Amino acid sequence: MLTYTIRRLVLAVPTLLFISLVIFLLLELAPGDPMANVPLTVPPDVKEKMRIALGLGEPTHIRFGKWLWQFFVVEPMVLSDHILGTTLAEGQQRVLSWQFRSPVMDVIVQRMPQTLWVVGMSYVVGILIALPIGIYSAYRQYSVFDQVGTFITMVGYSVPPFFSGVLVIVIFSVHLGWLPSIYDTTLRVTSWDTFVMQFKQMIMPVMVLALQTTAQISRYMRASMLDNLGQDYVRTARAKGLGETTVVMVHVLRNSMIPVITVIALGVPQIFGGAIITEQIFKVNGLGQLLITAIQANDLPMVQTVTFMLAVLIVAFNIIADLLYAVLDPRIRYD
Amino acid sequence: MTDPAMPPPRSQWSEIWGQFKRHRGALIGGILFLLIIAIVFLGPLIWTLDATYIDIRARNQGPTWAHPFGTDQLGRDTLARMMAGGQTSIAVGLTAMALALALGGFMGVIAGYFRRLDGPLMRLTDLFLSLPLLPLLLVMVMLFRETLSATFGPETGIFFLIVVAIGATSWMPTARIVRADVLALKEREFVLAARSIGTTNFGMITRHILPNILSPIMVSATLGIANAIITESALSFLGLGFPPDFPTWGRLLNDATQYLQDYPERVFWPGLAISLTVLSVNYLGDGLRDALDPRTRIRGR
Amino acid sequence: MAVREILFAVAFATSFAPATWAKRGADGHVNVIYWQAPSILNPYLSGGTKELEAASLVLEPLGRFNAQGNMVPYLATDIPTVENGGVSADLKSITWRIKPGLVWSDGTPFTAHDAKFTADYCMHPEGGCAQLAKYEGVILVEVIDDLTVKVNFEDSTPNPYGPFMGGQAPILQAAQFANCLGAKAPECTDANFHPIGTGPFKVDEFRPNDVISFSANPNYRDPAKPAFASMTFKGGGDATAAGRAVLETGEFDYAWNLQLAPDVLANMAKAGKGVPVSSFGSLVERIEINLTDPSPNLPEGERATAKHPHPILSDMRVRKALSMAIDRELLVEIGYGQAGRPTCNLVPAPAIYASNNTECLLQDVDGARALLDQAGWIDSNGDGIREKDGRKLSLLFQTSTNAVRQDFQALIKQWWRDIGVETELRNISASVFFGGDPGSPDTFQKFYADVEMYANNFDGTDPQSYLAQYTCDKAPRPETQWQGENINRYCNPDYDALIKELTRTAGLDKRGDIARKLNDMLTRDSYVIIPLVDRGRVSARSNTLGGVKLNMWDSELWNAADWYRIK
Repeated sequence: MLTYTIRRLVLAVPTLLFISLVIFLLLELAPGDPMANVPLTVPPDVKEKMRIALGLGEPTHIRFGKWLWQFFVVEPMVLSDHILGTTLAEGQQRVLSWQFRSPVMDVIVQRMPQTLWVVGMSYVVGILIALPIGIYSAYRQYSVFDQVGTFITMVGYSVPPFFSGVLVIVIFSVHLGWLPSIYDTTLRVTSWDTFVMQFKQMIMPVMVLALQTTAQISRYMRASMLDNLGQDYVRTARAKGLGETTVVMVHVLRNSMIPVITVIALGVPQIFGGAIITEQIFKVNGLGQLLITAIQANDLPMVQTVTFMLAVLIVAFNIIADLLYAVLDPRIRYD
Repeated sequence: MTDPAMPPPRSQWSEIWGQFKRHRGALIGGILFLLIIAIVFLGPLIWTLDATYIDIRARNQGPTWAHPFGTDQLGRDTLARMMAGGQTSIAVGLTAMALALALGGFMGVIAGYFRRLDGPLMRLTDLFLSLPLLPLLLVMVMLFRETLSATFGPETGIFFLIVVAIGATSWMPTARIVRADVLALKEREFVLAARSIGTTNFGMITRHILPNILSPIMVSATLGIANAIITESALSFLGLGFPPDFPTWGRLLNDATQYLQDYPERVFWPGLAISLTVLSVNYLGDGLRDALDPRTRIRGR
Repeated sequence: MAVREILFAVAFATSFAPATWAKRGADGHVNVIYWQAPSILNPYLSGGTKELEAASLVLEPLGRFNAQGNMVPYLATDIPTVENGGVSADLKSITWRIKPGLVWSDGTPFTAHDAKFTADYCMHPEGGCAQLAKYEGVILVEVIDDLTVKVNFEDSTPNPYGPFMGGQAPILQAAQFANCLGAKAPECTDANFHPIGTGPFKVDEFRPNDVISFSANPNYRDPAKPAFASMTFKGGGDATAAGRAVLETGEFDYAWNLQLAPDVLANMAKAGKGVPVSSFGSLVERIEINLTDPSPNLPEGERATAKHPHPILSDMRVRKALSMAIDRELLVEIGYGQAGRPTCNLVPAPAIYASNNTECLLQDVDGARALLDQAGWIDSNGDGIREKDGRKLSLLFQTSTNAVRQDFQALIKQWWRDIGVETELRNISASVFFGGDPGSPDTFQKFYADVEMYANNFDGTDPQSYLAQYTCDKAPRPETQWQGENINRYCNPDYDALIKELTRTAGLDKRGDIARKLNDMLTRDSYVIIPLVDRGRVSARSNTLGGVKLNMWDSELWNAADWYRIK
C-alpha cells in the first residue's frame, strides 16, 4: 500500500508536466486573441504593438519555459516570502495575467473565499442531502419516498442552472424581495448581522448548485446500494441475527461506497474550478467566472495557471480515491 | 410480490424481456419515451408549420388555436419548434450519451480488468479531465468543421462534430466509476471461481463483469442524456453548434429564460420536454437493470 | 476602517466646505453595476469600454465631449481653437492652458508635466499603449510652464483633439507612473489598479473583474461635489440581471448598457423602481458585403483575397437588392426599441457629417426582385431560389453570438428568401469573431463568409480615421496576417483620393462635405456596406439617482461628479 502510494505520487510528477504541456499547446492552437475585447476603434497596428508588449512575439517553447519557471520556481518563492518573510523572489517576474497585468496568483487567492463559501458549501450540502436520499431510496425501492425522490432529483438534474437560477431570483428577489440577487464579495462576516447577510446571499446559489450535486450522487448511491442489498453476504449477515441498521449502515453502505467515492472525488476539483453559470447568474465572481472571462479574453497565462492547478487537484483526488477503494474493500490490491 | 411458481425454462433474452415488461416503471418509462419520439418525429407530418417561418405580426402570442403552444419573439410557432428541436436534441442526446458510455465503459473495464493497462489508461483519463473544455471545443471546430461539412454536408457534419465533441469530453467519469467497480468485482469469489475453471478474459468480461456493473452504467446513461441535451445548447453559443435559427430544446430553454417573467409558458415547454425525456430514460434504465440482474430475476419481482 | 475613513472624509468635508446647497458626501452611498467587469483601471493598458469608463471616475482628460458631442473644458481653462489662438494657424500645434490650483487626490499639485508624462507614457515604443492612435502624428509635447502644455504634430492636423481629449486619453500622475514606462508598464500593478486622479472619486479597493470600491476625492476641485461619499462599482453577470437589479429589485442605482429586447426592458421598467435612459452616438449596426470570393475550394492564401472577386456580390444590383429587401423599422422595433433608429448611413452623427441618405428606409421587396431579375438571377427550377449560370443565389451570413443579432439573422434570412436568396446562418463566439487570430477561419477580418453583421463607431466626433478604414491598402490579406480594417476589401482610387483630401482639409463645413461624400460612396452609391440601425445605448438609473446625463461621445460616467440622491 505504502509503496503503491509512493509510486503513484512519483508518477504524478511527469504526468502533470505532460498535462501542463498539453494544456499549453491546446491553448496555443485554440483560436482567439487577447485583443478581441479591445474596441474596433483601436487600429490594427496598435493592437499588434499591444500583443508584442504582452510577450506574444516570442516563440511557443520559450513562453512555455518561462511559464514553467515562473510557476514552479518564482511563485513558490513568493509564497515563501509571504509566509517566512524571506526575499527570494525580489526582482523575479511572476506569472502575469494579460487582462489585469497583475500576478495571476494574487487574483486566484482573492477569488478563493467566495468560491469556497458558495461552491464548496453547495458541494457539502449536496452530498449531505444525497447520501441519506440514496440510501433510503434503495432500501425502500419503489416506495413513495423512492418515487418522489427519483422524480425530484431527475427533474432537478434536467433543469440547467441557467434556468433554475433565474427562476429563484425572480421568485425570491423580484417578487418576494427576501434575498439579494447580487452577491457582495466585499462583505466581511464580523458580526451577527453580517453573518445573516452572508447567509442570505448564499442561500440561492448554494441551493441551485446543490440540486445538481444531489441528483448525481444520490442516483449513484441508490444504484450501488441496490446492487449490494441483493448480495449473498447481506442474507448471511441477516441470518446471523445482526440488526437491520448494522447490516444496512455498516456492511452494505461500506461496500456501496466505491462508485460514490469516485464521483465525489471527481467533483472536488470542480469546486475549485467554480461554477461558471451559477456564478454568473448570482454575480458571485469566483474562480469559475475568473476562468471563463480569462478564456473569453484569451488571457493565456491565467487560463494555463488555473487549469493546471485544477489538473493537480484532479490527479491528487484520483489518487486519494484509489487509496480509499483499498480501504473500503481490502480485497482490492494494487501491488 | 408476484406468484412464486417457477415458470417453464426459457431462453435468457425472453426471460429478461418478460421481466422487463412486468416492471411498472420500465413500462411507463418505455411508453413515455416512445410517445415523445413519436410526437417529435411524426408530429411534423400533422402539424406542418415550418419551425423557422417568421410571422412577425403574430409574435409573443400565448396559446391560441393557430399556435397551441404560442409563438416566440419573432412569431415562430413554438409547437413546430419544439418538435423540430426535439428531433435534434433527442438524436444528439442519445448518440452522444451512447458514445460517452461506450468509450467510458470500455476504458473503465479494460483499465480495471487488466492491471498492466490500468496506469496508462487512468493517466489518460486524468489528462482528459484536466483539459479546459472551451478551448478544446474551439480547437475541434477550427480543425474539423469545414472538412466535416464538406464530407457529410453542413447539417450531418455538424451533427457528427457535436456528438463527438460531447462524447469525447464526457466519458471520463463513467470510465473511473466502471473501473472502480471492476477492481472490486475482480476479487469476488464468483470471478475467482470462473477463472479457476478456465474462462477466457473475453468470456469473463462479457458474462461476469459487464452484467454486474450495469447499474452505475445506467445511472451514467440517464445523467448523460440530460447533460448532452444541455451541452448542445451551450455549444451553439460558441458557434460550434447548429446554425442559429435551428431550434433545439436546450436553445429554446435558453432563449426563453430571458422572457421568464413576461411569458413563463415559453420556458415551460422545453423544460418539460427535457425533464420528461430524462425521466423516461431513467425509468427505462431502472427496469433494464432490474431485468438484467439475475438476483432480482430469482426473487421474481 | 474604510467606513471610518469615509466618516472622517465626510466630517472633514462638512466642516470646511463653504455653505452651499449641497455638501460633498452628503448623499451617502451609490451602487453601480456593469455586467462586464473592469479588469484594470489604467485605460492605456486595456482600451476596453468597461475599463475606460470605470477609470473615468478617477482619471480626467483636459477636455471632454458632452452629451451633445460638443467639446467642454475639464482640467483646461478652455478648448483651444484657431480662433482663440490655442491651435496654430498651420494646424501643426495645439496649446492647452490648465486651470490653476488643481491638485491630485493625494494633495500634490497637477501640472503640465503630468500631461507631458502621459503622452510619453503612451508613446513609449515598448509600452503597448492601447490609445496610441490618440497620439498619432505627435512629434513633441512641450511644457511651456507649469500650467501650459503644447503638442506639436508632424503634419498639419485638422483635428488636433486626439491627445488629452476625451475618456480615451486622460492624464496620469507623473509621480505615480514614473517607473512604469515601456516594458515596465504591466509590472506596476498597484498603480494600474489604484491610479491617483483628479476626478470626483478615488479608488479604495480594486478587485479585478469583480468589484471596485470608490470614495469621494477629498481634493476634488468643486468642494460641493461629489454628492456621494462612496461608490460600489460591481461587475459581472449579464445585461438582464443588471437591468433587474436596478429596475426591479432596486438593489443598484445605475446599470450600464442594457442590451435587452425592448419588450423585456419595458416590462422591467413597469416595476417602477427605475427608468431606462438612452442616448445616441456614432455606433452603426451594419451588414458588410464581401467583395472577394470566400469559397473553401480556393487554395488557402487566395481565398477571400482581391485575387478572386466575389462571383455573386461583385454585382452592385445584387447588393442593392439585398439592402432593399430589409425592413429597418422592424429591426429596430424587435431589437433595440428606444435605443435604435433605422439608418442608411455609415456615419449617422454628428449632424455636420451625416448624409441625408434616406432612400433605404422603405422596404421595397418588389423593387429588389426586379433588380435581381435585371441582374440575370432567375428562379428557373421553381424551388424559390434564384440561379444564374448554374450557380444558386446562396449566401453564408455570419455574425457574433448575441441574442439580438441572431434574431436579426433569422429575420433577414426570411426577407432574403422572399426575394429568392438562400441564406445559411452562422454565429461565432465574440471572442473568436472579433479576435485577430490569423489561424482561425472565423474572424471577422478573414471574412470566410459572404456577408457579415457587426457594429462599429468612432472615438470622439471626427470620422476621418473611421472613413479612412476603407482605403485599398487596409484590406485584410495573408500578407498582413489578416489584419486590417477594410473588412469588405473595397478598393476605389477615387475614394482613396478623397480620403487624402480630407486629411488636408480644415474648416468644419468643407470636412463635412467630404465626409458625407465618402459615406455615400460606401453606402448609397455602391452598397458595399448596408447600414441597418443607428444604435444608441440604454442604461438604467433608479428613481432616486439624479443628475444622470447619458453620453455616447465620451465615458458614460463622465458627469458622475454631478450625480446626487433625489429625496
